[in-house]
Amino acid sequence: MLELNNLHVAIGGNEILKGIDLKINAGEVHAIMGPNGSGKSTLASVLAGREEYEVTSGEVLFQGENLLELDAETRAREGLFLAFQYPVEIPGVGNTYFLRTALNAVREHRGQAPLDAMDFLQLVKEKADVVKLDPSLLKRAVNEGFSGGEKKRNEIFHMAVLEPKLAILDETDSGLDIDALRIVSEGVNSLRDSERSFIVITHYQRLLDHIIPDFVHVLKDGRIVESGGRELALELEARGYDWLDSKAAVETAR
Amino acid sequence: MQIGPPGRQVALSPSPQLPLSLLNAEISIQEPGNDPTSSLVLLGARPLSGNEVHMTDSTTTLEEFANREYEHGFVTDVEQETFPPGLNEDVVRAISAKKNEPDWLTQWRLKAFRHWQTMEEPSWPKVHYEPIDYQAISYFAAPKKLLDSLDEVDPEILTTYKKLGIPLDEQKALAGVAVDAVFDSVSVATTYKDKLAEKGIIFCSFSEAVQDHPELIKKHLGSVVPHTDNFFAALNSAVFSDGSFVYIPKGVRCPMELSTYFRINASNTGQFERTLIVADEDAQVSYLEGCTAPQRDENQLHAAVVELVALDRANIKYSTVQNWYPGDKETGKGGIFNFVTKRGVCGEKSKISWTQVETGSAITWKYPSVILKGDKSIGEFYSVALTAGRQQADTGTKMVHLGKDTSSTIISKGISAGKGQNSYRGLVKVTKSADNARNFSQCDSMLIGSQCGAHTFPYIEVRNPTAQVEHEATTSKIGEDQIFYCNQRGLSTEDAVTMIVNGFCKEVFKELPMEFAVEAQKLLGVSLEGSVG
Ligand SMILES: Nc1ncnc2c1ncn2[C@@H]1O[C@H](COP(=O)(O)OP(=O)(O)OP(=O)(O)O)[C@@H](O)[C@H]1O
Ligand SMILES: [Mg+2]
Repeated sequence: MLELNNLHVAIGGNEILKGIDLKINAGEVHAIMGPNGSGKSTLASVLAGREEYEVTSGEVLFQGENLLELDAETRAREGLFLAFQYPVEIPGVGNTYFLRTALNAVREHRGQAPLDAMDFLQLVKEKADVVKLDPSLLKRAVNEGFSGGEKKRNEIFHMAVLEPKLAILDETDSGLDIDALRIVSEGVNSLRDSERSFIVITHYQRLLDHIIPDFVHVLKDGRIVESGGRELALELEARGYDWLDSKAAVETAR
Repeated sequence: MQIGPPGRQVALSPSPQLPLSLLNAEISIQEPGNDPTSSLVLLGARPLSGNEVHMTDSTTTLEEFANREYEHGFVTDVEQETFPPGLNEDVVRAISAKKNEPDWLTQWRLKAFRHWQTMEEPSWPKVHYEPIDYQAISYFAAPKKLLDSLDEVDPEILTTYKKLGIPLDEQKALAGVAVDAVFDSVSVATTYKDKLAEKGIIFCSFSEAVQDHPELIKKHLGSVVPHTDNFFAALNSAVFSDGSFVYIPKGVRCPMELSTYFRINASNTGQFERTLIVADEDAQVSYLEGCTAPQRDENQLHAAVVELVALDRANIKYSTVQNWYPGDKETGKGGIFNFVTKRGVCGEKSKISWTQVETGSAITWKYPSVILKGDKSIGEFYSVALTAGRQQADTGTKMVHLGKDTSSTIISKGISAGKGQNSYRGLVKVTKSADNARNFSQCDSMLIGSQCGAHTFPYIEVRNPTAQVEHEATTSKIGEDQIFYCNQRGLSTEDAVTMIVNGFCKEVFKELPMEFAVEAQKLLGVSLEGSVG
């Protein structure tokens, strides 16, 4: 599904990602953890096609294709979805209208006919139920004046409607109350299947109690310094990130 | 990059039946009023601090704002009668004679001309242009063949209107919209006239009204915008050529949208229309104005005057969708100078609402205004002004509260892209007599790219302590973040910009008649073409 080989990324001449290797197969859930500023959101943005970031070397394959050649909208239409850490407000543009335009752009790319208003509303209703999205948020402008938690929930709602092949969730859990966390996780779990992969970026192992990852990676200072199963998350919870430094140092010394 | 190539449906809405060009109309009512700054000083009123925002930041991909293509730039080849350039009393008399006007009107024009000669062109607007040589302009141009019925209209002209999407032939005419078409200085056709006449509604060219309804013209002409009002209004009063006249009798609700469509064709001529709308007691009317012009290298002057009279409990809604040729986007060469005076007077419990979508012209200078004379009258101003390429706009409104319990609303949305400069200039004046007057003003500016500018100049004069006046202003830059967010959901950058800009203008678009709102959204998309890198 997704393969990163020695990916280096810089912004304004500053190297932020310093050689990332990662392979994600269809159906897998990978969690990425790591301290603030380690480059998690940068990784997500680069994958989604944000242009400010400069890929200085390395490659990224998405479904066997060179992802880095595609512009952001094409990546989205090909089935890559990013749930933003900080979802953006678009005043005056209705959430439902926005989503319908988005879905039809994706459908057009896939050679499908646009969904008519009735079918779309039916779909929206169904998906809004899955994440228990307050129906009034459908009528409001995209994210405008939404609470932090409402914005996150709206992201998952967009994901549910767009049905991507690879979804990257950037700290979708932060700002959610305990019930919302459970509901959003259930929403994600309901979308899990053998064809769809997830990258879940989080600071809290708690989320991984709900969304059980196949792999956990630790990103530190632009490198993946440790990878393991879900038990790695528990260890991080208990010990923090510092012990990885000494471990990495030892490895480098060898 | 294009945002919605012409003919393509841009995002938001179902495809309209109405031609884009209709919307391109400009309905501006300019109140080229007195210099608000100086009147401010005289009255000792308190100006709000003007905000000015210049974009300097340039890290975005929105940088380039350029290649809008102007769709209506063609020229019609038609036999014209044109006066030689130049302006003096004889020219004024000749115009009046051409139109077979009564002596009082000739005298009125001359009075205006004499007054105009004593006036100076205003220099206070925040726009820059080479001085206009008023002697180099021709003040009258008309297609040679004159017309008593549609059959006599030069087929070239009919073709022009067809090309613009406005069939004048009643069989094919726009359902629910009566159109008065003005080609250069002359009204060529008015549709649905007879049907309207059944209700006693008069909708005809100004020249015809002078012949057929002289008493109404004499009574109202200059009653709202006197011939002395300002430089451009005085010029218009001296040389106005044609325009539309509307009278809605007492208690009548006009059953269809009325619309005037202006087309400048001749080169080197000024266009000076004069529009007068009178809604008698308890009458209602919604009127829309549109304009386009060929693409020419010289600037062309358009100095119109619109007067609205809303008698007691009447309601006039005046919408403009202006799409004059904006000039070359790179060099700024050519384009229309749009200096318009628009003003309405409200009787008791009446309402005047101006809605304008200004996307064309090299320079726009207009301040559609409302004099709230009657108690409990209401004035509204909803505006979207877009400047791209090298366009400059200085536009806004004046709300003058004279009556008790009067209220006014101002919603202004300025969008600047390319090297466009966009200024909002508005006056809210509450006189001593206006107990419990209320005003709410909201002026929002949006910047696209890094080389454009937005400026806000609100003036508030309050002479009555019971007044409530509120002013809000915001400036935002169309964000990379917003664009990226849309891209990430699968939308192209062009669609994203159109969507964001339309969202920004929503409060104004919802005031437009439905069909026109759809067109206005498309027009914005087309106007923004090439504004994203
Ligand atoms: N546009 C930018 N300009 C300059 N520096 C940037 C930019 N974007 C990211 N950075 C820097 O790159 C580093 C990684 O940022 P990133 O947002 O990827 O971290 P993160 O791992 O997501 O952190 P957090 O856990 O706080 O969300 C930080 O030092 C940040 O300041
Ligand atoms: Mg982050």
